[in-house]
Amino acid sequence: MSLELEELYQDVILDHSRRPRNFGNLADAAVLVHGDNPACGDEIHLGVKFGPDGGLQDIKFTGHGCAISQASASLMTAKLKGKSRVEVMEMLRAFHDLVTSETAEAPKMLGDLRLMQGVRKFPQRVKCAMLAWRAVEQALRQSAGESIISTETDFVTP
Amino acid sequence: MHQVARADIDWKALREDFPILRQQIRGHPLIYFDNAATSQKPRRVLDALRHYYEHENANVHRGLHELSLRATEAYENARQRVASYLGAASADEIVFTRGTTESINLVAQAWGGKFLRDGDVILLTEMEHHSNLVPWQLLAEGTGARLRFVPVRDDGSLALEQLPSLLTPEVKLFAFTHISNSLGTINPVAELCRKARAVGALSLVDAAQSAGHLPINVRELGCDFLAFSGHKMCAPTGIGALYGRAEILDSLPPWHGGGEMIVSVTLEKSAFKKAPHRFEAGTPNIAGAIGLAAAIDYIEGIGRPAIFEHDAHLAGYAAERLAELPGMRMLGPSGQRGALVGFVMDAAHPHDLTTFADQYGLAMRGGHHCNQPLMRRFGVTGTTRASFYFYNTKAEIDRMIEILRAAVRFFS
Ligand SMILES: Cc1ncc(COP(=O)(O)O)c(C=O)c1O
Repeated sequence: MSLELEELYQDVILDHSRRPRNFGNLADAAVLVHGDNPACGDEIHLGVKFGPDGGLQDIKFTGHGCAISQASASLMTAKLKGKSRVEVMEMLRAFHDLVTSETAEAPKMLGDLRLMQGVRKFPQRVKCAMLAWRAVEQALRQSAGESIISTETDFVTP
Repeated sequence: MHQVARADIDWKALREDFPILRQQIRGHPLIYFDNAATSQKPRRVLDALRHYYEHENANVHRGLHELSLRATEAYENARQRVASYLGAASADEIVFTRGTTESINLVAQAWGGKFLRDGDVILLTEMEHHSNLVPWQLLAEGTGARLRFVPVRDDGSLALEQLPSLLTPEVKLFAFTHISNSLGTINPVAELCRKARAVGALSLVDAAQSAGHLPINVRELGCDFLAFSGHKMCAPTGIGALYGRAEILDSLPPWHGGGEMIVSVTLEKSAFKKAPHRFEAGTPNIAGAIGLAAAIDYIEGIGRPAIFEHDAHLAGYAAERLAELPGMRMLGPSGQRGALVGFVMDAAHPHDLTTFADQYGLAMRGGHHCNQPLMRRFGVTGTTRASFYFYNTKAEIDRMIEILRAAVRFFS
């Protein structure tokens, strides 16, 4: 087994891909984002509910795709639940750096998400890891309603 | 043409002609099973390119100097070589293009633009590569023509019993693939062309997956157009051709304007050369055409019947061995198939499988293979595809099975 593979598919990641957390429909979601990775057919449907302070009170997803996209969505929802908008945006940027930059230090605040660092060795898998994050980014931008995004749409910035 | 039997060929020795196959990937010998995407190139083709650039390079049909004459001769000889490879009546029926995609777009724009009317129908199949679908969608949008599709059966074959209701007199063109790049289905080209002609429709064969793999004779097939790419048959990228029956090619207007394709030009108006030069505006891919001719020489040196037999044997063996794996579902025909197998496994998504395999030097493709509607038809978002060529071996397939077994253990 190569080191890169071990790092990409750590046990925790495989576990999240097999038994994704927060998987299901969010009945009273304020925003529903349908995300799509057209290059590989990965799909995510992300439901978000905001608290009175505008933070992510609840977040759930459904969809299908490779182990990386499923685990990333699962780990992300577990991490973001209860976070403020500012915190979510901070993590989004930190996570993007984590999976794309060769040199980025993995900041502590990312917690378990740091396990996704192995993705940076597999540039063709970055989109899989980012799909759920793009969806949450879109959710924050619109605050209400339903929308569609794809990994071909480019933003990870305010 | 000579007909060498598969058993009489030293296939292992042929591998030596492909320098790229000798390398290790991450400490493992490269197993290249992505031939349906593009094939590797033998030294003979690489040498032909080098020889051209070292001894003949000049623009074609322009200069009167020695090099230009040599380049022009080599380029036109390549056209002749393609014509005889396809069994065309004349080299004038061969238009050099960038490949299958450009060839099909040429027909859609030049033929479709001139002859297609509101209410006309283009008949396609559900198994077409996007390159034999999107150009027709664009054409339909522009002309008001409609698209119809021959459905695909569960076993990957075309639902031919539905042809009578689909192939009606409104159909002006029936365009279909010879071999499916996802299923490996080999379609009955001659029969389909005959049926198209019977209702007055033209036929276009997408030979991207067949041109380098089995004997093709356009006159025996009875097709009006045939498109293929050099890079899937040992030639460089950026070169391919469109065969068009002379009578039809001659009736088509130009599609790109520029140098090379004109007889005379005034500020207001131009007169155009005859086919095929009418369709080759600008400086063509001269080296590519020469490389393609060298690839054809190389393939003919082995013999297409032997290559087909060899690859079919490999694909059959691969299907047999893949069936041993747990949670395995193969798409496509269970009997005779082209040189590829597409499959999905319960244990892992195609992208995880191909990433895993790549770590062991095994190159396969995972995804929709430019066949999104077909993937939907089979209820999957993508497959893993192992595709073969004559330099692949059974030992490589055995190794693939080992790697896939390891993947099953790893992911489940
Ligand atoms: C069946 C089929 N048609 C068309 C194409 C397009 O070929 P190219 O990209 O060389 O134009 C391919 C190659 O991917 C193919 O497999």
